[in-house]
Amino acid sequence: MAALSRAEADARSPVVFDLHETTVRALNAELHAPTATSYEVLHPQGAHSLGAGIHDEIDVAVRGHAGYFCAGMNKLGRVVVDGSAGNGVAENMMSGSVRVRGDASQSAGATGRGGLLVIEGSASMRCGISMKGIDIVVGGSVGPMSAFMAQAGRLVVCGDAGDGLGDSIYEARLYVRGSVGTLGADCVEKPLRDEHVAELGELLDAAGLDHRPEEFRRFGSARGLYHFTGDHGSY
Amino acid sequence: MCGIIGLHLRDPELAPMLGRLLDDMLCGVSERGPDSVGIAVYGDGERNPEGHSAVSVLRAPGDLAASAGALLPGTPTVTAQVAGDTTVLSAPVGVEALTAAVAAAAPEALVVGSGNDLVVYKGAGHPQDLARTYGLREVSGWQGVAHTRMATESAINPEGCHPYSVGADQCLVHNGSFSNHATIRRELERQGVTFDSENDSEVGARFVAACLAEGDDLEKALLRLGETFDGFYTLLVTTADGFAVVRDEIACKPAVIAEHPRWVAMASEFRALADLPGIDEARVFEPDPGKVYAWQR
Repeated sequence: MAALSRAEADARSPVVFDLHETTVRALNAELHAPTATSYEVLHPQGAHSLGAGIHDEIDVAVRGHAGYFCAGMNKLGRVVVDGSAGNGVAENMMSGSVRVRGDASQSAGATGRGGLLVIEGSASMRCGISMKGIDIVVGGSVGPMSAFMAQAGRLVVCGDAGDGLGDSIYEARLYVRGSVGTLGADCVEKPLRDEHVAELGELLDAAGLDHRPEEFRRFGSARGLYHFTGDHGSY
Repeated sequence: MCGIIGLHLRDPELAPMLGRLLDDMLCGVSERGPDSVGIAVYGDGERNPEGHSAVSVLRAPGDLAASAGALLPGTPTVTAQVAGDTTVLSAPVGVEALTAAVAAAAPEALVVGSGNDLVVYKGAGHPQDLARTYGLREVSGWQGVAHTRMATESAINPEGCHPYSVGADQCLVHNGSFSNHATIRRELERQGVTFDSENDSEVGARFVAACLAEGDDLEKALLRLGETFDGFYTLLVTTADGFAVVRDEIACKPAVIAEHPRWVAMASEFRALADLPGIDEARVFEPDPGKVYAWQR
């Protein structure tokens, strides 16, 4: 069957997958070789791996709570979860966007290389662990050990950050509006310059949040762990 | 992997629904532990009537009710309910007396739970099949916990199921592994504590039971556990009036808590909580590392 043109597909209603009647495997098989551009997933009931591995520019609306690894490895998809998401939402995302209307569990956006992850609620521990270029905007707070070993990308936290923020961070820019429990090893506060205010404004706009960028503080790497030093003694 | 669920009801009007709520929650963690299950319920007046105690036993001989009853003063009637591998004996006597009579009448049997309010079931098989065997949906009461097991370090059998219930009306379920349990086991053995298995989680349960026996409350006992034990853990511990959750300082093992005016619930994954009445109004959060969250009846 020939794929529909984008205009033809847009004119149609979303294709509905009711997970009371079909399986996640069937859903993901369709999303990997889409015959439409818009999908709606009903009764997700916290199922794992919903919409993992999307390659194409399609819209997927998950009407309820998603389990682990939702929209993992996303390439061009635009995924919205109308509920909470389990561990590793948008894990290793390459591009595209993922929006979680509720809260996200641990390791949101882990190892993500690009794209935008928006969590309207709060994210649990290790949000943005080992992030490698993804942008993550969290409307609420993030748990302990967020941005652990972050390498590139931006993490915006409109609420508070838990203990150990940015531990062993390489690069990546972290913006926090509320309080920070403690900073992890080699993570330091840095001045919020004009270019940071500008990029923060763009990220908040993209996420649909209207906080003033000037209310945020910036954190990043002190670059003290890049090399061994004489302080480590001789062995 | 393994899955945990726990439900502590604050609203007595929900008591008749306890079993149905637990069964629905169990569905949400069955995939995490499809090989065996253990379930503990508190406050079911039919299974453990007022003024009685109950002892849950594996490997029970068929005549255990009669032989245990004959050893009790006044030879009261001991009733036996057989549910799969588990036999629940109840009698209008104290829990220590009933436990001692069971042990004397059937030394080969293994007591896996005892209390004035508690009934424990354990078995190998799919959790939802076993829930039917135990009549879980018909359970009433005020508190329940369950553990679905994906065995990694020991055999799939009823003895390996959680909860570990080593003190009257106490239960401990564990997702994770303790790494220094052998050292702590030797210390407890020196203090006279005896063990039923080589399992690391049993050491945790015996440690908590010893702390509670010394007068600690649940929160203090679990803080002491955190100071003493090394390894990975999410623990749910329940007592005759308490419900507590704690995770280790790295907190790799999942846990979600939902607190509602009518109930407090905990599960490995949110999907196990998704159908609880009023979940949309509940405060849902993941417990912080190393922090004890405790509720009392």
